Amino acid sequence: MGKFILKRIFLETLPSLLVIITVTFFLIRLAPGGPFSSEKQISAEVLEQLNSHYGMDKPLFAQYFSYLLNICKGDFGPSFKYPGRTVTELISESFPVSLELGLYALIFAILTGILAGVVAALKPGSFMDYFTMSVSMAGICIPAFVLGPLLVLVFSLKFGWVNVSGWNTFSDRILPSITLGMMYVAYIARLTRGGMLETMVQDFIYTARSKGLSETAVIFKHALRGALLPVISFMGPAAAGMISGSFVVETIFSIPGLGRFFVTAAFNRDYTMILGTVIFYAIIIIIFNTLVDIIQTILNPRLRNY
Amino acid sequence: MRLTGYFIILIGLAGIHLSCTNRESAVEKATKNKILLFGNQTEPQDLDPHIVTGVPEFQIIESLLEGLTILDPQNLSPLPATASSWEISDNGLVYTFNIRKNAKWSNGDPVKASDFVFSFQRILSPALGSEYAYMLYCIKNAREFNKSQIDDFSEVGVKAVGDSILQIELCKPVPYFLSLIAHHSWYPVHPPTILRFGSIDTRGSKWTRPENFVGNGPFILDSWDINKIIIVKKSGTYYDNESVSLNGINFYPIENNLTEERSFRTGQLHITSSCPLNKIRWYRSNQPQNLRVDPYLGTYYYLVNVNNKPLDNKNVRKALALAIDREALTEHVLEGGQLPAASFTPPNVAGYTYGNALSFDTTEARKLLEEAGYDKNNPFPPVSLLYNTHESHHTIAQAIQQMWKIYLGIDITLINQEWKVYLETTQNHKYDLARMGWISDYNDPNSFLDLWITDGGNNRTGWSNLTYDSLVHAASLISDKEERFRLFSEAERILLDELPVLPIYFYTNVYLIHSSVMGWTPNILNNHNYKFIDLE
Repeated sequence: MGKFILKRIFLETLPSLLVIITVTFFLIRLAPGGPFSSEKQISAEVLEQLNSHYGMDKPLFAQYFSYLLNICKGDFGPSFKYPGRTVTELISESFPVSLELGLYALIFAILTGILAGVVAALKPGSFMDYFTMSVSMAGICIPAFVLGPLLVLVFSLKFGWVNVSGWNTFSDRILPSITLGMMYVAYIARLTRGGMLETMVQDFIYTARSKGLSETAVIFKHALRGALLPVISFMGPAAAGMISGSFVVETIFSIPGLGRFFVTAAFNRDYTMILGTVIFYAIIIIIFNTLVDIIQTILNPRLRNY
Repeated sequence: MRLTGYFIILIGLAGIHLSCTNRESAVEKATKNKILLFGNQTEPQDLDPHIVTGVPEFQIIESLLEGLTILDPQNLSPLPATASSWEISDNGLVYTFNIRKNAKWSNGDPVKASDFVFSFQRILSPALGSEYAYMLYCIKNAREFNKSQIDDFSEVGVKAVGDSILQIELCKPVPYFLSLIAHHSWYPVHPPTILRFGSIDTRGSKWTRPENFVGNGPFILDSWDINKIIIVKKSGTYYDNESVSLNGINFYPIENNLTEERSFRTGQLHITSSCPLNKIRWYRSNQPQNLRVDPYLGTYYYLVNVNNKPLDNKNVRKALALAIDREALTEHVLEGGQLPAASFTPPNVAGYTYGNALSFDTTEARKLLEEAGYDKNNPFPPVSLLYNTHESHHTIAQAIQQMWKIYLGIDITLINQEWKVYLETTQNHKYDLARMGWISDYNDPNSFLDLWITDGGNNRTGWSNLTYDSLVHAASLISDKEERFRLFSEAERILLDELPVLPIYFYTNVYLIHSSVMGWTPNILNNHNYKFIDLE
């Protein structure tokens, strides 16, 4: 297993990261406009000073190698947009918020998705099957920028139960988590349903029933365990997607997470911030995919040879 | 099991309901505690007055630092602030300010004249790369120092005479100087704090963090949570503490104006920074007391690339300008109380009003187009209108495209670009017509007319008129108000005759305000010193 993990890190993860950094570094420089262009024209002297301050007066390849050297030391450089802040600082302050939001969304998606999938699979073709699948399907069809304001309209403006925006109390977490998690509910529900339908007709389920186990024990102890394998594969990228934040949800609910920086950095041509967030997200996605691979390898040792 | 599940859900909902519905709204609670809840658009870049350039930053910095003068919110005339009084030399070139003896920094240090000298040297230091350094160019040799033509700051016309007298020598008379110095680029910073975190010209040091910030304003920086909230609290060292009614201000960086409006509606904010266009009508009908539409010192206009055919022809530009129904546009499309712009400078800028030069005259417009040689036999060549991607710019462009189609029979292609791409395109003059807006930093017509001098940094039209240049330059050298305005008026006449820009409308500041906020006086600079604000 150790050899497998080392192989993943040195032969796949690090080269992938290097490619991502290189492509991002040069692509953002190709985009028209720069971090200092603004509606009010700044003087040539000021522009020269700013370029010199951020090392942009050096040749592009020198900047690239200097950047690589700095990130090896853990220094992602200063933000162009927020002069008093470093990229590391901005990420470390805003990522915990995205992580928390993502975890709540993940918990909501898993609980609701699995429950819906199990309920639907118990009586395939019944009203409950169609109803749960239709409702969870709505999660995919309704985008966050529609669902978020709808939830706000009902639970904040109509009932006054929760705040419209902010990230202060526990109740502030409810609507954003549902909005972010809803999209994944449908996927998990459908995967669970499919897995359950397959598992419920297996011989070991009949054996369990014949031993006199209750239906609840059969479903949750025996059937669900096998039915969740495809869900686990899906959870890697899904968890990474939720935890890495969502620009839309963060904007709708004014949440101080990293998703907003990820998008606004591109609009602001905040080169260091773009690179910092891209590298950070890439690492998260790689870690989650690796974790899924490891779990799958544990469950199916034959995969170690690949 | 099913029953247990329903029971748990019911208990949960009831818990949320009870904990949320019977409570006071945030605004009610804050009003009792005299804390202003302020929707402040976006996360500030920084809180360094010599670095920042945006309105959201200024809204916060104004509470933390104070310059020599502040502006009277009623009429924008300068009022004594950290300077208790001043004398002006007969030739209008030397200003002598008396710094208040009881003015203190938030750490208890006295505010000295030398602190201002240090601060002016800092913003003018070339290595700081301040985008607003040019605001101090009226000081003798300031431009030369900023452009590294001289190295010795003692040659710059700023001098401390003892601890409480500051002398500023100008290179030319500036009639609006006392108002100009209320701008944040003229604010003092605490020298020992700056030097504790770097040198005088260190950009982006940690001195603006709450634990380090030392200011001389009516409030002190208490906390700063990125993208969440900035809290300022009443200062104990401010010289005019008794006049300050608020105990604190919470600034919320809410970027989405729909979210901001909803937050206002549910009692989470006292004031918003904007109001969504589609909500204006609703507030007008249902809650007019909460909607404010204040004139704002800015003009929305279209740039014309005068080097491109057929826009190099003056008659074509005039025809386009006369075929815009500005009243219909502001009344039925924008609906935010904007004023149709019949000149470039907004009305009553420090007493200057040009008057109505551009009317809506389709007959004259068609005649001018024919004179330019365009008719059925010689159709108007393809022309594009560029704007940065934004819903309102798109709507305006569509409306004007339609007007030109109906009234002049010409087709204009609309092109939208992402903001930074659009900036580069206009800077490189790769456009025919392009939308632009100008919000002035100070209340003087010079701010608007100086834009169009030959090779001016913001003149992206390619237009040049030496008479215009000399008139604007001459106006900047004299202090007699009437004569200045006459010269500005003459310059604007040339501008509106040549039309390298097509004025569309004058901005308004549309926002929502809770009825408990007192002393929030409308003014064209949207300048609201917090010491005049109260909550009742």
